[in-house]
Amino acid sequence: MQSKMKESDPILEVENLSASTDNLPILKGVSLTVYPGEIHAIMGRNGCGKSTLSKIIAGHPSYNITNGDIKFLGDNINSLEPEERSQSGIFLGFQYPIEIPGVSNLEFLRVSTNARRKFLNKEELDTFDFEELVKEKLEIVKMDHAFLSRSVNQGFSGGEKKRNEILQMALLEPKIAILDETDSGLDIDALRIVASGIKKISNAQTGIILITHYQRLLDEIKPNYVHVMSDGQIIKTGESDLALELEEKGYEWTDNFIKET
Amino acid sequence: MVNENLVKDVVKEPYKYGFVTDIETEKIAKGLNEDVIRLISQKKEEPKYLLDFRLKAFKKWQKMEEPDWAGLGYKQIDYQDIIYYSAPKQKEKISSLDEVDPKLLETFDKLGIPLTEQKKLTNVAVDAVFDSVSIATTFREELAEHGVIFCSISEAVKNHSDLIEKYLGTVVPASDNYFAALNSAVFSDGSFVYIPKGVTCPMDLSSYFRINSGDSGQFERTLIIAEEASSVSYLEGCTAPMFDTNTLHAAVVELIALDDASIKYSTVQNWYAGDEEGIGGIFNFVTKRGKCLGKRSKISWSQVETGSAITWKYPSCLLLGEESVGEFYSVALTNNLQQADTGTKMIHIGPKTKSTIVSKGISAGNSKNSYRGLVKMGTKATGSRNYSQCDSMLIGDQASANTFPYIKSQQPNSEIEHEASTCRISEDQLFYLQSRGIEFEEAVSMMVSGFCRDVFNQLPMEFAAEADKLLALKLEGSVG
Repeated sequence: MQSKMKESDPILEVENLSASTDNLPILKGVSLTVYPGEIHAIMGRNGCGKSTLSKIIAGHPSYNITNGDIKFLGDNINSLEPEERSQSGIFLGFQYPIEIPGVSNLEFLRVSTNARRKFLNKEELDTFDFEELVKEKLEIVKMDHAFLSRSVNQGFSGGEKKRNEILQMALLEPKIAILDETDSGLDIDALRIVASGIKKISNAQTGIILITHYQRLLDEIKPNYVHVMSDGQIIKTGESDLALELEEKGYEWTDNFIKET
Repeated sequence: MVNENLVKDVVKEPYKYGFVTDIETEKIAKGLNEDVIRLISQKKEEPKYLLDFRLKAFKKWQKMEEPDWAGLGYKQIDYQDIIYYSAPKQKEKISSLDEVDPKLLETFDKLGIPLTEQKKLTNVAVDAVFDSVSIATTFREELAEHGVIFCSISEAVKNHSDLIEKYLGTVVPASDNYFAALNSAVFSDGSFVYIPKGVTCPMDLSSYFRINSGDSGQFERTLIIAEEASSVSYLEGCTAPMFDTNTLHAAVVELIALDDASIKYSTVQNWYAGDEEGIGGIFNFVTKRGKCLGKRSKISWSQVETGSAITWKYPSCLLLGEESVGEFYSVALTNNLQQADTGTKMIHIGPKTKSTIVSKGISAGNSKNSYRGLVKMGTKATGSRNYSQCDSMLIGDQASANTFPYIKSQQPNSEIEHEASTCRISEDQLFYLQSRGIEFEEAVSMMVSGFCRDVFNQLPMEFAAEADKLLALKLEGSVG
């Protein structure tokens, strides 16, 4: 589908990926390639396998890959641990960020950032140096310093949790970010903050996959490609106007594609 | 489940204090009868009142039955198969540390408790107890300048007999319970602390208990007295070698706080817990109780219990003095086939008394971890308050956690608040941390320390760091 000649090597290649959980097939042959600087949007009904795809790329232990490969910067990562994937530059922004009682957000962010820095052969940061770095990154998501002293995501509002995810993305500087419904549950102002944050963090060397139901995020961040998923497969790929068409005609319209294929 | 197995690997515990010191010891024959008690008393050159105290306790013990209400499962203890006195052989009277057997000093060195003048810990005085006897107590002269007495209880019997006679057994009477009666009959050594009126103890005091023999029980006895407007922070640490037999440890600790006095008693208990199949390990059956005798007095217990095959203890407070305060902060971690039944009793007797209970139980492997506590408001405890919080964390799906809070109030004008929760380290939480580059083991250990934070905050600084390290170690998968 992406037949254009690319100058650089792909960041992520998902090749004919099938996966199941508890012997229930969820993905049924998904292929997707992301080159540096590209933004891909994945849309589709609830339960079509979008979130599963993102979790499998990040290494969630509940899913088994039954067929196909995931390659990151040319290497097969099918059997890498989630932490190894994160350290090497894969970031998953959670649809429902998890609360971790008692663990301070600041310490969590520092340990996480240092794990990535260690992988990059960069010096690990002590508490003071990290404070400096995080202060700068807080600006991007317009978060208050007070968030750092709270437990990870505990008692955060929906919008605060999502901003905390983008803060993590800003600190980890991933090669590829998969953002699973980062826009859901955000009011208009929060959506703008999150969207502008994502734009600030991404650049010509990074790739982004946005999983979303809504056009409003794609108005803020214009994707190069839009993929429509249904029943564990990508059934249609187009450019950004596909999302607009989808918004207008609804997912029922896409049911026809399945019949075609 | 892949992850369940991983969790099991992670919580495998390497016990690094399992070595045995090869040293010549003086032991008396196995078994328990009046003659054995007379022999112990005679070896310690005790006054008659103390021998009488022991014999009376022994008579009571013989009439008592071993309790079984805790629902702990263990093979019946053969009390005739235990050695009740075991001491490393050394010169009769030791005047300085130079005369202590270097092997003993080396043992404590290895345990991270150096005793010698050059190496001793700088801000804490240590009483080192090896099997049945106290080996050395550091900083005694410095403490004496402030009038603080810190020595072994055997020495206190010789030099401060009036205080022993006045206070011993007044908080935990000899007939209190089966194990307290046994301890009262055969106790060998332990620590004694006396803080005079108006004195804030210039440094933390600490006792380090080491069981070395496999076939002897340890029955130490600790007595701490804080006079009016004085205060002290006392720390206690425990380890034992790895034997495939069970060793009985039945201690009694008594604390007494007079008007405006405060005692903070912290324990890090890391007795040998037995192996993965539950073979060996210490039976830790302990009675700890404090009496807030004076007005506005305060007793605070904090404990980190990670060792022992079975832990059975309830550090408690009798709140007699008006406006006195009792506190209990506890972390109990059990793994493999360990069992812990621990908690506290807060007995509000005086008016306007206050107590706080924060208990955190972590159960991994096939272990059983129970919180059992009593909060009682007596008829005169008007305007008194209690707050209890009991949280349990389960690791894996084979461990169990129970909470048994008993609440008795005879005083309508008092407040009792109880909160409880149970959580499990979920796969989602682990995945979240891992997906942020944090290694699996570190993720588990971060969540466990996070869970224990409220309690760790109560520990003295050096101890908090040690406790955190100890939990991480217990949860570490790597060998050695």
